[in-house]
Amino acid sequence: MMNRRTLLSSSTAALGLGLTATVIPANLRAQEKLKIGFVYSSLIGDAGWTFMHDEGRLMLEAEFGDAIETAYVESIDGGADAERVVRQFASQGFGLIFGTSFNHMNPMARVAEQFPDVKFEHATGYTQLPNMAIYHVRDYEARYLLGMVAGSMGNSLGVVASYPIPEVVRGINAMTAGARSVNPNFTTKVVWISTWFDPGLERTTADALIDQGVDVLAHFTDSPAVVQAAEDRGKYVVALGAMDQYGPKSHLTAMVYNWGPYYVERTRAVLDGTWASSNTWEGISRDMLTISPLNAAVPADAGAAVTAKQEEMRTGAFHPFAGPVLTNTGEEKVAAGAVADDGMLLSMDFYVEGVEGALPS
Amino acid sequence: MLPRLVLRLQPSALALYGAPVIALIFTLAFGYVLFASIGRDPLAALHAYFIAPVNSTFGLSELLLTALPLALIGLGLAVGFRANIWNIGAEGQLLLGAIGGGSVALALWGEGVPGTFILVCLTGAITGMAWAAIPAFLRIRFNANEILTSLMLIYVADQLLGYLVHGPLKNPQGFGFPESRLFSAEAQMPLLWDGTRLHVGWLLLPVAAVGIWLFLSHTLAGFRMRVGGDAEPAAAYAGFSRPGMIWLSFLLTGGLAGLVGAMEVAGPVGQLLPTISPGYGFAAIIVAFLGRLTPLGVVLAAHLLALILIGGENVQMLGVPSSVAQLFQGVLLVALLASDVLVRFRVVWSTPARRAA
Amino acid sequence: MEESLWVAILIAAMRTATPLILAALGELIVEKAGCVNLGVEGMMLVGAVTGFAVGLTTGNFALAFVVAAVAGAVLSMVYAALVLIFQVNQYAAGLSLTILGGGVSAFWGQPWQGQNMTGLQPTVIPGLSDLPVIGTVFSRTDIVTWAALAACVAVALVLTRTRAGLILRAVGENHDSAHALGYSVRGVRTLAIAFGGAMAGMGGAYLSCVMTPLWIEGMTAGRGWIAVALVVFATWKPARVVLGAWLFGAVSVMQIHGQAMGLAVSSHILAMLPYLVTILVLVLISRDATRIRLAAPGSLGKPFKPA
Repeated sequence: MMNRRTLLSSSTAALGLGLTATVIPANLRAQEKLKIGFVYSSLIGDAGWTFMHDEGRLMLEAEFGDAIETAYVESIDGGADAERVVRQFASQGFGLIFGTSFNHMNPMARVAEQFPDVKFEHATGYTQLPNMAIYHVRDYEARYLLGMVAGSMGNSLGVVASYPIPEVVRGINAMTAGARSVNPNFTTKVVWISTWFDPGLERTTADALIDQGVDVLAHFTDSPAVVQAAEDRGKYVVALGAMDQYGPKSHLTAMVYNWGPYYVERTRAVLDGTWASSNTWEGISRDMLTISPLNAAVPADAGAAVTAKQEEMRTGAFHPFAGPVLTNTGEEKVAAGAVADDGMLLSMDFYVEGVEGALPS
Repeated sequence: MLPRLVLRLQPSALALYGAPVIALIFTLAFGYVLFASIGRDPLAALHAYFIAPVNSTFGLSELLLTALPLALIGLGLAVGFRANIWNIGAEGQLLLGAIGGGSVALALWGEGVPGTFILVCLTGAITGMAWAAIPAFLRIRFNANEILTSLMLIYVADQLLGYLVHGPLKNPQGFGFPESRLFSAEAQMPLLWDGTRLHVGWLLLPVAAVGIWLFLSHTLAGFRMRVGGDAEPAAAYAGFSRPGMIWLSFLLTGGLAGLVGAMEVAGPVGQLLPTISPGYGFAAIIVAFLGRLTPLGVVLAAHLLALILIGGENVQMLGVPSSVAQLFQGVLLVALLASDVLVRFRVVWSTPARRAA
Repeated sequence: MEESLWVAILIAAMRTATPLILAALGELIVEKAGCVNLGVEGMMLVGAVTGFAVGLTTGNFALAFVVAAVAGAVLSMVYAALVLIFQVNQYAAGLSLTILGGGVSAFWGQPWQGQNMTGLQPTVIPGLSDLPVIGTVFSRTDIVTWAALAACVAVALVLTRTRAGLILRAVGENHDSAHALGYSVRGVRTLAIAFGGAMAGMGGAYLSCVMTPLWIEGMTAGRGWIAVALVVFATWKPARVVLGAWLFGAVSVMQIHGQAMGLAVSSHILAMLPYLVTILVLVLISRDATRIRLAAPGSLGKPFKPA
């Protein structure tokens, strides 16, 4: 709505029409460059989700130079715009198009059916087509490591959470489990703020959690406001996206989406003619996810434990949701010896032991 | 010698068409410098803005599709604005229409009821009206300012939509993502034009435009709405109550905005999502005034605005940042609004007449 | 809840309210002069980006707020020109200003995006900070929070006790009469609009220099609209602007604390609360129609066409 700089601006979000490559001068069309389009759900300047996707796009440009050309359109969320923009890219001769938000899934699928020769890649969704691949990262792996760092630096976590969707719930649970693996009495408080981006509200929420006595903060929202709150109030934070310049003392580490290698791999496949539709859900093992360097305040042995756990995840020896997994009401969700299957992970709707309160319905 | 504005008795035909052209030329010049200053080919950018959107059949269909919500809401707003009734909350009424219409579509999901989409549209219009009735009622019964209540209700509607797609209306097979099911075929707006997204809802635009024109120019109530804006005592004298005008304008706009919301979700979107509208309800306020609160003007202004919204996307694909696209749009809007002065006023260069004192 | 938590909520509510109070006081003066400027959001954004730029480069926050005020006032002149010279409808002009301000701030703001700075810190007053409760409040609030309250008093005094205030109200009440009396309607309104722009600019600077010392496109996230609503909510009375902003802030902050303490109600429902409470309170205070009519400027929203 209007608080996410909608009004006309994201209505700049209107679309792309034009069936043929009318926008691009003909002399450019003649060259056999692969054109790659990115549809972003928010502004790159948000410093969070979209920013990290754009880092991936920049890596593509650095890797392939003149062999490719990239373009992006910002602030395309739900509504009628998304399909128009995707189609605009497809009809202008873009050969590979990335949709980076869940809301792009159905619009992209509709366009994909009409443009069988164009390759589509959609992040975070579940609809796969012969010319539309899907990809996402196992963010909970990094979240577990963030939790371990938090658990070694404090006894409680305060989470500035966006919306209670499985991905976020999973992240909260993973952090809590990670923290409790090193600090069994660790607890987590969660506040949902119903937005991905509102620096003022993120800050107010972070302050409230600190006033409630938490030692470490975490956030799922886009701006660095939570990191600033921790720095100002002498607390710690495990961030989303490397934001250490906002909190030299407070920023313990951050979860970093590393989309670049995947984008490079898929682009190379298109250039080589080997691209095939796929369903990629990988994490640390495929370097699609990492954590930023630990703050010097984190004790060396804690850091070593995190690194060791990261290696175990890389080799597949460790799963953050290995049983027994208990909900915070004592119900067993995963038995000892088993691990949570992807179905449970993808639709997670419970809090694990250590998270306070109940998930709002 | 100072310039002075003198009200024209009759809007000048030359100015009527000339003024937007002057505004456009000014903005083109500004855009040329702006795009060149960030190192982009200014002609390619301007082409992307104004030509590319309309030089293909698909482009044209998308222009019509985008202009539809702006025009329908703008038509409703124009009626109320004439009577100085300030419904700023059409965006919220649109969202309620999407919720109402979408709920019907989901309730009848998989039932195979032919013509479900008609029910979806009707429900959307009714829920939009119901949402608009709140500020109208609060204004009439409790004297609560409608600007504030209708504005606040946008936020409430936005959260309500969020609540529903995260909860009761969530797709049971959707892995917990905040979205409804895709509506079944009979709940979706039938296409008017194959190979495009333009749907039968577009046929309502000429109906609404002509209907509102007839209402304003040929009915007593319409006359009273017009008079009500210009001279409230005269309207009261004509026997038309202020509450009547408030009800009429809110229900009309709410109904149209609700209809738009329902047609968006049953049309190009095809499901309920947390974000449905890119701000059509706000943009329609500008459309209403750019169109001088006349039905034909509103329809034209809606298409102009749709064009620059589309152009704003196109230039991004040329590497123009969205911030620059937004700046350009802002300047264009300001210039268009400012140019309107030439239509309604004559500029007279004269020494200011001293008031007889 | 223990006492310290209540103090924390009070402080948070005051901080949340400060940018709203600044922007709303400005808009109040604009509306008292007979104009509705819906472009507050755009002016706040321009204030936020200029304030941040100056704060970051000079480290001088007094200067940052002054420059933000000037920037907001300069942008507001676009609105003034549209409304006072070009006779554009005020609502349309204000909305356009929101779009223009968003574009201008995003355009100017590119170099400042992603930069960090240490924001304006709370002012420590020796002795005062040691007092219970009040001391805590003072030690965790900044000077702008208190300056905003002082501005409220100043605005109230100017409106009711000075000749300038009288002229301003006369222009807003009936511009034709004011014109006939020889006051420059356009002049008065231009000054009022500039004041509104300056206050909105400072409201934006509060966000980018104090609350979250950073610049991100669209960081006001709708606060300009809340400020516009507050003026109506306050029935054009400065003191009520402060009360309304505190109420809004308190409801927002308390639902956050409620959640942190385990309240498991949908965050969507909770997020509606501040808006629903605002409507409810407005309904309650609006029932006395005569008082509202006395408070509302008579010429509000109407175009001034000098004969």
